[in-house]
Amino acid sequence: MYKATIFVTLKESVLDPQGVAVKGSLHTMGYNQVSDVRIGKRLEVSLDAENKEAAEIAVTAMCEKLFSNPVIENFRFELEEV
Amino acid sequence: MRSAVVVFPGSNCDMDLVHAIEDVLGEEVHPVWHHESDLSSYDAIFLPGGFSYGDYLRCGSLATFSPVMEAVKKEAETGKLIVGICNGFQILTEAGLLPGALMRNDHLQFRCELEPITVERADSAFTRHYEQGETVQIPIAHAEGNYFCDEDTLQKLEENGQILFRYADQNPNGSLANIAGITNEKGNVLGMMPHPERAIVDWMGSPDGARLFTSMLAYWKENQQ
Repeated sequence: MYKATIFVTLKESVLDPQGVAVKGSLHTMGYNQVSDVRIGKRLEVSLDAENKEAAEIAVTAMCEKLFSNPVIENFRFELEEV
Repeated sequence: MRSAVVVFPGSNCDMDLVHAIEDVLGEEVHPVWHHESDLSSYDAIFLPGGFSYGDYLRCGSLATFSPVMEAVKKEAETGKLIVGICNGFQILTEAGLLPGALMRNDHLQFRCELEPITVERADSAFTRHYEQGETVQIPIAHAEGNYFCDEDTLQKLEENGQILFRYADQNPNGSLANIAGITNEKGNVLGMMPHPERAIVDWMGSPDGARLFTSMLAYWKENQQ
């Protein structure tokens, strides 16, 4: 059994209005040292696989087909045997 | 013209569309559950607005894997008219039937209002009963209508005349090039954020959406001979 922790984030070229709003709040709170906030998603997926390589191939495909939208998002993941 | 209105779990404009098609066209229309895998008996297919699968993960992303979407892709290839409205537009982009993506509105608000929309082309299957450059009033109701694509894609959309509708005055969601509705390259698949089914008679605030349906019927009749 493997556990994949997947991070999906908006591409650098894409404006993140949520991040901009949160940055505004941080500035209101006095955290003027904050220059940028980007909000993304974290997904945890447990899966069975023959080996780590097979798990990697499967999770990559899942990320490409479903977890992220390649038009606006990037993804990366960490994989551990559990 | 026999129309299908696809119903996903969480669709909520499906019956509005069914009634609009019945009232405006007086033609046969059926709500079709998203488990249907054969749409070959229909001439036109509508993907309605709403919140399919609760907007989980990304708007429209989970609906992409409903069995009906294989059938929608198949019928799109044969040249049948496919229309995605609001959530339906989001589903069409997620499914790769239309380029680009619909992101969160730039101001993060849900906008529900009658919106002036410019009809960019009056020679398409969907707009032949409008005038080119005409401004019509059609309501929007969404939080994720901020159309985005890369520069090359935008250039192609402009060059191929795939942009059918743009927001005329203020841009209500931050969409690229004020885009409110686009077609695929072939011109038989339309995605739009405004809701034509909510503007078919005067008492609804505007009758301007009705001509989208009559345009489609006229196109279909022309191509019957």
